[in-house]
Amino acid sequence: MDISIVSLLATLIVAATPILLAATGELIVEKSGVLNLGVEGMMIIGAICGFIAAVNTDSPLIGFIVAALAGAALSLLFAVLTQYLLANQVASGLALTLFGLGLSALLGHGYSGIKPPSSPKMEWFGMAELPVVGPIFFNHDMMVYFSIFLVLVVWLFLKFTRGGLILRAVGENHEAAHALGYKVIRIRILAIMFGGSCAGMGGAYLSLVRVPQWTEGMTAGAGWIALAIVVFASWKPWRLILGAYLFGGVTILQLNLQANGFDMPVSYLSMAPYLVTIVVLVIMSADRRRASLNAPASLGKIFHASS
Amino acid sequence: MIRLEPRTDPSQTMIILTPILAVLATMVVGGILFVTLGKNPFEAIRMIFWDPLFGEHAFYYRGQILVKAAPLIMIALGLSFGFRAGIWNIGAEGQFIMGAVMGGATGLALYPLDSFIVFPLMVVMGALGGFLWAMIPAFLKIRFNANEILVSLMLVYVAFNFLIGMVTGPLRNPDGFNFPESRSFQDFPAAHNPELWAGTGIHLGVLTTLGFVILAYIMITRHIFGFNVRLAGQAPRAAKFAGVSPNKMIAICLGLSGALAGMAGLFEVTGPAGKLTTTFPLGYGFTAIIVAFLGRLHPIGILLAGLLMAVTYVGGDIIQSQLSLPKASIQVFQGMLLFFLLAVDVLVNFRLRISKRISK
Amino acid sequence: MTLIEIRGLTKGYPGVVANDDVSFDIDKGEIHALLGENGAGKSTLVKMIYGLVRPDIGTMTLDGESFAPTEPRASRVKGVAMVFQHFSLFEALSVAENIALGMENPPKTNALSNQIRDVSLKYGLELDPNRLVGDLSVGERQRVEIIRCLLQDPKLLIMDEPTSVLTPQEVDALFTTLRRLRDEGTSILYISHKLEEIKILCNRATILRHGKVIGICIPKNETAKSMAEMMVGSKLKTPQKTVTNFGLPLLIIKNLSLKSTDPFGTSLKNITFNIRAGEVMGVAGVAGNGQDELMLALSGEVLTEVNSIQLENNFIGQSGPVERRLHGLLTAPEERLGHAAAPDMNLSENTLLSGFQRQKLGRRGFINKSGAAAFAEKIIEKFDVRTTSVSSAAKSLSGGNLQKFVMGREILQNPKVFIVNQPTWGVDAAAAAFIRQSLLELASGGAGVLVISQDLDELMEISDTFTVISEGRLSEPSPIKGVTTEKIGLLMGGSKKI
Repeated sequence: MDISIVSLLATLIVAATPILLAATGELIVEKSGVLNLGVEGMMIIGAICGFIAAVNTDSPLIGFIVAALAGAALSLLFAVLTQYLLANQVASGLALTLFGLGLSALLGHGYSGIKPPSSPKMEWFGMAELPVVGPIFFNHDMMVYFSIFLVLVVWLFLKFTRGGLILRAVGENHEAAHALGYKVIRIRILAIMFGGSCAGMGGAYLSLVRVPQWTEGMTAGAGWIALAIVVFASWKPWRLILGAYLFGGVTILQLNLQANGFDMPVSYLSMAPYLVTIVVLVIMSADRRRASLNAPASLGKIFHASS
Repeated sequence: MIRLEPRTDPSQTMIILTPILAVLATMVVGGILFVTLGKNPFEAIRMIFWDPLFGEHAFYYRGQILVKAAPLIMIALGLSFGFRAGIWNIGAEGQFIMGAVMGGATGLALYPLDSFIVFPLMVVMGALGGFLWAMIPAFLKIRFNANEILVSLMLVYVAFNFLIGMVTGPLRNPDGFNFPESRSFQDFPAAHNPELWAGTGIHLGVLTTLGFVILAYIMITRHIFGFNVRLAGQAPRAAKFAGVSPNKMIAICLGLSGALAGMAGLFEVTGPAGKLTTTFPLGYGFTAIIVAFLGRLHPIGILLAGLLMAVTYVGGDIIQSQLSLPKASIQVFQGMLLFFLLAVDVLVNFRLRISKRISK
Repeated sequence: MTLIEIRGLTKGYPGVVANDDVSFDIDKGEIHALLGENGAGKSTLVKMIYGLVRPDIGTMTLDGESFAPTEPRASRVKGVAMVFQHFSLFEALSVAENIALGMENPPKTNALSNQIRDVSLKYGLELDPNRLVGDLSVGERQRVEIIRCLLQDPKLLIMDEPTSVLTPQEVDALFTTLRRLRDEGTSILYISHKLEEIKILCNRATILRHGKVIGICIPKNETAKSMAEMMVGSKLKTPQKTVTNFGLPLLIIKNLSLKSTDPFGTSLKNITFNIRAGEVMGVAGVAGNGQDELMLALSGEVLTEVNSIQLENNFIGQSGPVERRLHGLLTAPEERLGHAAAPDMNLSENTLLSGFQRQKLGRRGFINKSGAAAFAEKIIEKFDVRTTSVSSAAKSLSGGNLQKFVMGREILQNPKVFIVNQPTWGVDAAAAAFIRQSLLELASGGAGVLVISQDLDELMEISDTFTVISEGRLSEPSPIKGVTTEKIGLLMGGSKKI
């Protein structure tokens, strides 16, 4: 078989970036105690809105900004439903996904088959020319580095800032946080919108860089995998990178096997990323004691200030 | 300032009123959506909700409504038990596919055996296929505490790829010029699920669905199993106190919803769809989630919600052909419906109070 | 010198007036007791002072200035701090992080840790800033709350039922700290219904009943009885014990061990005891020492080794709750709403939780609705449950009434052995007396009764035999006569023998 390790590693980073972005956003949402299952919906809305904006302005950067705004706008629907109207978070998240898939198909009507403007590679003082390290690490577009930077920022925020402490406190015990006078609902809405904009950018990365074009339902479960990766990471930011790149690796490997005529029907190889996700979930959840220690204690619970 | 004030008892009026409110709100906002798409909103809403039932070609559409409603209702019935108990099977689409594949494969393996046993056997195998597929998340949840939402959803993509593998491999029609599809069940009478009365759309699946509605109604209102399901959802610790094993509940609820989804898949593939193809899954497994919620997880509600959703499907086809609107617009419409329902649902357990701030 | 003046505070909720024209003052350097039964309106009142709830009518002044906090932050800035009854702590965060969350402008982590060490030394409240709160005992958690308040140099410290979770020795230590604070000029608003404590600690007491101020007294000059009568408004019957002859052992627990799956839970270690017919056994202990786990293991919600639990001639360690009930072992867990009863279901439906099989409220799995309703009626009548009808939702009942319903549901099923956790927690005095009386009657009828409680007075009043649970271990049961509060305190603190 003819698979170059270097190009494999370089492409796996690209394949992992959309999921890393979405998972980073969801991590913050879940840390605040909210389970938003609408990542898939927000991603695909980001994918189409970013695509439309980039095609019409000929600027990928504007595409990503619009995608972030669109993702945040959609997440606001979820926020209103779950935070003000006390709707069940699981059902609302599903609604968001179903709605997002439909709306994106409607918006994207007439955009299939178009090529988006290409995202320029970052310039690292010629380091891209280095052997091995160059193509793997220094030959990517801006968003790849942004996604890693975002993980760093989120880690710093959660670990070292007062805002991060308050966010964790709200996710840990919303009654106690409320009793101390923190605005549980306001904090959660902000977290949800951050999650929405990250998912939006992740989606746009799919349509603008990874694929790059628009097709209906193109996220193909990426949002759900991002959710699984948050569990895999045990709600720790750095582990998101590991999880996303592991997933990216599996995806790229099976695509390479397909391309190289590996002796197995394509459809079975395509199952691999989903099966790996399941396996990873199983491994990370099996120790109930540890799992419940890591997960934010108020995750998914409805908060209504009774006093 | 508007405040939410908890009710001591859920409002029975609101339980009935909220789905209607949600439909009306969807019509209004949907109408605005059609305006932005440059269409006459009244015409579009009429085509979606009125024409399928009473329009010029209603005689044809009415049958179509039953054909589309039956699988939605059957799947939603199964899901409703789990949703009530707080067990979230959102992979019904995958169980639907696996039921169709496993039941369909059973029939195709027996081709061209002409025996009355073929079809019942296929129905059983279809239900078994969905059941087994749903037992994967159930087992992983019970044994390894893995989140059933994510596992069941991942398995949809696995099932879909499996279907492709089957129709391009073992189940491909040997006389079909290499098209990725199975033999047609229409050409195999013992395995066919035909329309029972021409033009009505009623096939065995429709009748079975009706039977399940009644059965589910009895279970949920009269039987201790239905009580335990409600208890497990409302107060999980009280359910444990009552002796309801959470693990058993997971297995039963996932298994039941899987079996019903699988059976729906079998009826669909042997009847309206006619054969296994790569485009066989139509998203019924996902739309059924909306149906279950819209029907308030109650069998009668689900029956009505399934019919309504089928109307919007048929109506969606009408606006697609007559107003040349994209197919996706009806999906948006359905998503909106679920949104509005979740939004107005708050009125069941809370009342709105306008309060004045006294002190500042 | 007056620190805070409260004038005419009134707060209504749908259906109830929680506070009705409440007025009183707290002086500087005073420990002022707020005394009242459960439901008398103490919590609502302090929540208004702390800024969590806004009064409908009424005013407050603090140091002569108008004081109307709109949120806790505002009252903290003015020097009001509060230690909650249900701590507002975060288990997965460290002590220092928890304390930082309760402060307006916390210093950097290192500086804060040093401050915590200083304060904890000064007031004898030993605490390690880096430990996770989830790993702390209840007493230590309370210290976290207190230190969080002290670091802000409060003028007024509000303490809501602070001793309900402490051992007698810990109570003494707390009182020393509080007196010291008072002597330094801090005012303390001390909420309690424990009269002896108030007598020895507080300068003055304001007594609330049904949301109104009934009187203000000097506890030193009152008797516990006179204050109790002001608080309750009528004379109380103390329960009467009759039998002291026990029958054969009904429930035999041998080497019961259970590993907790909750990361902050307690594992049970080698628990061994018997309950005889006619015996009331009391299990004391500070919250979080394995009471919940013991309850789950005995009720069958968590299964243990088959021989570890024997009911008469049956080994039931591996039997679930349904089977145990059929054998005659009935239970009532601590949490009424959500565990013993389903909040959104009506009373009639709530009888099915434990009565479906044993009371034969159905056939072949089909529910006999009129049978369930009749059973609910019977409970309401025999146990004096105040409610509109059997179709009221469980959550619409007051704590005392729901507890009477739960007790009635189990007791009317004639248990051979009845196990109950915190039977009168958060219940008004009249209902508590009624519940204790029915437990005694059940035992005198020949049943074995196990009462797990954190209320020592209650256990002293009703039990025949006494034991203490500490860190998942049970002390050797001994007759109640001759047990002193001090000995119990030592056991609760972890000593092995009396």
